[in-house]
Amino acid sequence: MSDPILATHNLRKAFGALTATDDISIDLNEGEIHAIIGPNGAGKSTLIAQICGGLRPDSGSVHLLGRDVTSDSTQARAQAGLGRTFQISALAMEDTVLENAILGSLGASGRPWRFWQAALGDRTLRERAEAALERVGLSDLRDTRCGSLSHGQRRQLEVAVALTLEPKAFVMDEPMAGLGAEGSKLLTGFLDQLRTEAPILLVEHDMDAVLALADRISVLVYGKVIATGTVDEIRSSPEVRSAYLGEDA
Amino acid sequence: MIPERLVNAILFAGLIAVPLCALVADEPFTITLVTRAVILAIAAVGLNIALGIGGLVSLGHAVFFGLGGYAMGVLAFHAQTYTPLNLGPLTIAGTKSMPLIWLAATAISAFVAWIIGLLSLRTSGVYFIMITLAFGQMFFYFAISWSTYGGEDGLSIYVRNGFPGLNTLIPIQFFGLSFIILSVVLFLNARLQASPFGLALNAARQVPARVETVGLNPMRLKLVAFVVSGAITGLAGALFADLNRFVSPTMFSWQLSGELIVLIIIGGVGRLFGPVIGACLFVTLEHWLGGLTDFWHVFLGLILLAIVLFARGGIMGLLTGKEGTHV
Ligand SMILES: Nc1ncnc2c1ncn2[C@@H]1O[C@H](COP(=O)(O)OP(=O)(O)O)[C@@H](O)[C@H]1O
Ligand SMILES: [Mg+2]
Repeated sequence: MSDPILATHNLRKAFGALTATDDISIDLNEGEIHAIIGPNGAGKSTLIAQICGGLRPDSGSVHLLGRDVTSDSTQARAQAGLGRTFQISALAMEDTVLENAILGSLGASGRPWRFWQAALGDRTLRERAEAALERVGLSDLRDTRCGSLSHGQRRQLEVAVALTLEPKAFVMDEPMAGLGAEGSKLLTGFLDQLRTEAPILLVEHDMDAVLALADRISVLVYGKVIATGTVDEIRSSPEVRSAYLGEDA
Repeated sequence: MIPERLVNAILFAGLIAVPLCALVADEPFTITLVTRAVILAIAAVGLNIALGIGGLVSLGHAVFFGLGGYAMGVLAFHAQTYTPLNLGPLTIAGTKSMPLIWLAATAISAFVAWIIGLLSLRTSGVYFIMITLAFGQMFFYFAISWSTYGGEDGLSIYVRNGFPGLNTLIPIQFFGLSFIILSVVLFLNARLQASPFGLALNAARQVPARVETVGLNPMRLKLVAFVVSGAITGLAGALFADLNRFVSPTMFSWQLSGELIVLIIIGGVGRLFGPVIGACLFVTLEHWLGGLTDFWHVFLGLILLAIVLFARGGIMGLLTGKEGTHV
């Protein structure tokens, strides 16, 4: 098998006495969705922050496309091909949907030092942004201010902004959160397709989505990965059943 | 509600009409008052780029206003005393030419803004305000102790500096020059705000984390905004000094930094013509109320309070029904 697109080696991060991620080694291969599940406070967001560059690990390393990016900035990792969505939508609320997507195109172009012509008039920036909006179904709302979008629409826009980057790997922190049954189903279908473009490291609470999508699942409890395997392996793991999935799993 | 473009057009026309009427009525003092408003507006437009788009609450923008002022003062002083100006290894002659003075004022302001930005942009919120304030005080006290150029008493320039083809001593001509600069600066601001850089900067104010995750550096965007902002405010400083034919350390004072912020908030934060409204109102109040009472700032404070409590978009927001940017 080829090298993983994204990997962590023995990532450790402590907040005082609390070890939020404890020796975590996971990887993400071409074409797959690797789901990270675990109860609240298990350390999922802390793990993602270290992968994406917002938090420095105390020890261990992060590798993207075979390169050690542990000491790289968030921007450098994004430029190297990491596309991220946030657990809590991080969007420019005073700007329109299109402007938010164009920010993504602009990042992808790597040329923000242009002070003269209008961003909205730039064909290349705009086409890339519009294509991403089209894919998540937000085209009709392109001129709506982001602040007046519904929660679900904001989640869609999060995904669209990541799409504009055409990343080599996606890292998504609870993209289904607060979407409702219908929205989750739509996004599940979308991510199912998306994995062929770039693999997805998916932190998710919605077990229906996880079971439907994941090629592999890692279970995180108190900062430790207690099991990694296919959906069936995880379902039948006694450790996981007792620690996390509960009695009816 | 009035469309913003119409409000802008009316303001623009008003700024031309009032001095022309004053010219016909032979009221040169009114022309000088409008010129003062125009120059303060240029300074505030500069600050508005850092504050309104970049979200950088700089309580030290008087540094650039003062630097522009002293760039004019020092160059003109050496020209009028026929003494060379020693800059370490370099010795240059003074000048009474406005274009050269403007070049020096913007260049030195941009350079100092770059240094201050590098040092202060690591911080945010109250710390950023405090650091920029501290830089302002440093320059203020330096100017006070700089006895070569008048120290606390400041420095008078006997004849206003010149511009090729104009007689800048005639109020309407100096007004015209200042007004053209304001127009150019507003035009540049509008382009910048709509440009890819402006879009990224606008997002860096609202969600720096998002800007990072699309591969852009919010700090660097803000640094460039701060430099552009400082350069424009510095240019205004040179004009202000030329208007008064006088520079003094008060151009560096924190009160002036505060006034620039206040007039932006009153006019409309992040709105193109917000600083213009603010500056016009400021000069009007200063003139009318300042003549009646020494405590006219109290009224300015009350207006500010009313705006902050009831009209977050400033006067521009009241007129157009649109909010300003949130810093
Ligand atoms: N910046 C921080 N400072 C201190 N403790 C933190 C910080 N961030 C997260 N934690 C703690 O680390 C643990 C893991 O948090 P988090 O990664 O957000 O979990 P999850 O995303 O799995 O719900 C929690 O106990 C949380 O309280
Ligand atoms: Mg979390």
